[in-house]
Amino acid sequence: MSTIVSLPDQSTARVPKRNYLTNENGLLSWLLTGDHKRIAILYLISITFFFFIGGALAGVIRLELLTPQSDLMAADTYNKVFTMHGVVMIFLFLVPSVPATLGNFLIPIMIGAKDLAFPKINLLSWYLYLAGGAMTLAAMITGGVDTGWTFTTPMSTHFSNTNVITTGLAIFVAGFSSIFTGLNFIVTVHRMRAPGMTWFKLPLFVWAHYAASILMVLGTPVLAITLVLVVLERTIGIGVFDPTKGGDPILFQHLFWFYSHPAVYIMILPGMGVISEVISTFSRKRVFGYTAVAFSSVAIAVFGFFVWAHHMFIMGVSNYAVLVFSLLTMLVAVPSAIKIFNWAFTLYKGSITFETPMLYAFGFMGLFTIGGLTGVFLGTSGTDIHLTETYFIVAHFHFVMVGGMLMAFLSGIHFWWPKMTGRMYPEKISQLAAVVTFIGFNFTFFPQFLLGMLGMPRRYAAYPAEFQVLNVFSTAGASILGVGYLLPMIYLVWSLKYGAIAGANPWQATGLEWQIQSPPLTENFTTIPVVTQDVYDYEWLERQKEHEVTHVG
Amino acid sequence: MGLSPVLWQFLVKWMVNFAIIPPEASKIASQVDALLVFMTLVSLVGLVLVGLLVTAFSILYRRDRNPVATQIEGSTLLEATWTIIPLGLFLVMFVWGSVLYFRIYTPPPNAMNIYVVGKQWMWKAEHPGGQHEINSLHIPIGKPIQLTLISQDVFHSFSIPAFRVKREAIPGRYTTVWFEATTPGTYHLFCTQYCGTQHSGMIGDIVVLTPENYKKWLDSSTSGVSLAQNGERLFASLSCNACHNGQPDSRGPSLANVYGSRLTLASGSPVLVDEAYLRQAILNPSAHITQGYAPIMPTYQGQVSEEGLISLVEYIKNLSSNYRVQQTLNTTELLPEQPDKVPGKTNGAPSAGAQGVAKP
Repeated sequence: MSTIVSLPDQSTARVPKRNYLTNENGLLSWLLTGDHKRIAILYLISITFFFFIGGALAGVIRLELLTPQSDLMAADTYNKVFTMHGVVMIFLFLVPSVPATLGNFLIPIMIGAKDLAFPKINLLSWYLYLAGGAMTLAAMITGGVDTGWTFTTPMSTHFSNTNVITTGLAIFVAGFSSIFTGLNFIVTVHRMRAPGMTWFKLPLFVWAHYAASILMVLGTPVLAITLVLVVLERTIGIGVFDPTKGGDPILFQHLFWFYSHPAVYIMILPGMGVISEVISTFSRKRVFGYTAVAFSSVAIAVFGFFVWAHHMFIMGVSNYAVLVFSLLTMLVAVPSAIKIFNWAFTLYKGSITFETPMLYAFGFMGLFTIGGLTGVFLGTSGTDIHLTETYFIVAHFHFVMVGGMLMAFLSGIHFWWPKMTGRMYPEKISQLAAVVTFIGFNFTFFPQFLLGMLGMPRRYAAYPAEFQVLNVFSTAGASILGVGYLLPMIYLVWSLKYGAIAGANPWQATGLEWQIQSPPLTENFTTIPVVTQDVYDYEWLERQKEHEVTHVG
Repeated sequence: MGLSPVLWQFLVKWMVNFAIIPPEASKIASQVDALLVFMTLVSLVGLVLVGLLVTAFSILYRRDRNPVATQIEGSTLLEATWTIIPLGLFLVMFVWGSVLYFRIYTPPPNAMNIYVVGKQWMWKAEHPGGQHEINSLHIPIGKPIQLTLISQDVFHSFSIPAFRVKREAIPGRYTTVWFEATTPGTYHLFCTQYCGTQHSGMIGDIVVLTPENYKKWLDSSTSGVSLAQNGERLFASLSCNACHNGQPDSRGPSLANVYGSRLTLASGSPVLVDEAYLRQAILNPSAHITQGYAPIMPTYQGQVSEEGLISLVEYIKNLSSNYRVQQTLNTTELLPEQPDKVPGKTNGAPSAGAQGVAKP
């Protein structure tokens, strides 16, 4: 099968001596860096660390659920494990995953800037993330927390005897890291585009991050306020959520989901940005319906703010409120459908190759389609009653978050690995990893849809014996999935030393990031580029290549 | 669904046998399943469509076959197509689902009401005839049953998969759900809202009985005191009757026929007197003063358990005249003064004392 990879002659090629990795040496040069690329690497290392912690917790959950009884651990321990799995995966992995690593690394380069608008705030956001992560670990080690990542009141305020305050404050702190990242992206995209880089020449990766940034900046403060109220309720008993003091526990639900639903889009939108870049590059074609895809990101961000109460259909909110929120939920499903079809039609009359990033992107499309469509089952109020709070919803959001976002993250990491490190990952084994991940994922999470249909509630340490067969399937799948995640960890590290020299543009891609050396210089561009070509302009790229050939030859 | 009932029966049997759906044991279940089947079919068509497009394009336009891509801007017609068709389908699901939602959460007026109190980690059901159950619920087929749920601690959720209904039990407010069972049998009851250590132990049985067996069960499980009778005793022991006695000069408004009526509060705003209002008026009287009365009622917060409140609400609901109130007044006057809290009266001793006074 043919490939588009074009590498420089390996016998003579060298990784450029001067680049952002070698520019300065020593630990301090990393810890005090303002370089967006180095901060991206710092983030990449830290989120990978937390991903494997969250993943290990997931493994423990699946092991416990292998048998109907709660026999591996006490029910309390199980509750703490799934709470920590949720907190770590959502706040310390998924939310920063693509934006803080790939977004941080690429957005300035993609728009032709030397750095983000506020490099020091960017570094501060990483330190806040680390502080939040350390506090979460401290909460876990000193006894854990058992409220579920949703911190439902009055469970979290009055009934739990675990480290709710530490964990709440950890998320509060980590939330600010997210706010600062979003703020930085918004200002950078508005103010620092290179000459000629108009809004409609921005890669869709940038559009998706811009939309996600708006959500981060407007949504996260609400979560922060809510968690502070929970902490104040626990410490001094202010009673905002306490019915015996005239408070309302439902208010907590409203506030929590006002952030936590848009947070889903914070997590998925950057992943969608990755998919647009990857599909375009490996079909040698501009993204079909660029404007529609760009605006669908914005539409998701806008509608995403007005659907939060679909988490509360069975909680005794007014039937008429349910009508409104169910309708708006249907509206937010449409932009996702638009994206899927546009990606599919990007392939039409393309010239397609199947390198690893593309395989992950195909995986994303399949799994995200299932995740999105099952979301409609839950947004439809009549069927939500039966399906909510069961394994159906667990399967649904894992299809979107793990099947969607994690696939997109791995796709992006492979795609930009040569740019970030100057070296290629090994192709064959990574294709295998992509396939193993896809198969393992489906084995793990598809049975959970059936469990949910049958009514098995989520967050159960023990369950009726009739559900065991499907749970065994799920646990078996999780072990395959674990292998799928360990493989990249190993061969990517291997490739740092032994990977083939990538050269500036191994994929023959059109983005500005591919027109500079790999790994880039600290200042990205020696001279600020003037953008004359269109976005995804493969004809321009061909002309550039011919130009080079005629001049050199 | 325009599907023949025979075919539907066959389909449901198949889905239950292959453990894709739980058994259908309520009237609403087959209606919910019809929508679930519709949505599954639409989803499959969508998924297959995307899968076919991606697969076909990947084969037709792979680099070996098509070395040079043709650049295409997009197509407004196609964009409109895949905006409008999914939107249309989603709107059909929205309307269909909303109709079901309103059905599931709008009890018919003739429904039999059973109260359910959730607490860490058990379900307590209070039948109007005074039958109490823990972690089980006995109901007859062919009769609409309304559940009025409340939690006395954290959020719980009362889920009966075989009925396709579920409702959150929330501290401090009543929620309702209703269903009509169709098939006798024993079905799962789950708490689906995470509620702490023994969340997965907060399960039980929904026992659906034929009307004859149900009557037998009612007779064998009766405690001898109906909810309203228990409420009457509480009404007397808490000295509610001292003010709410229906006499012209009484300090509290008459409660006869108050349930279901519209009151004007001291603040001037009108309210509908329902279960939730009665409960709130007992716990937080100062915010629920009827126009024309002085704010002298003390709060009963912490003095009456949720079960006690249920008994009081049931009593007031069934109060059509003040005759019984005045009778209780006479009996309390005969008795020596009752202390506010009656210790030891909640362990089920067959005494004249009312159950539901909060334990100290």
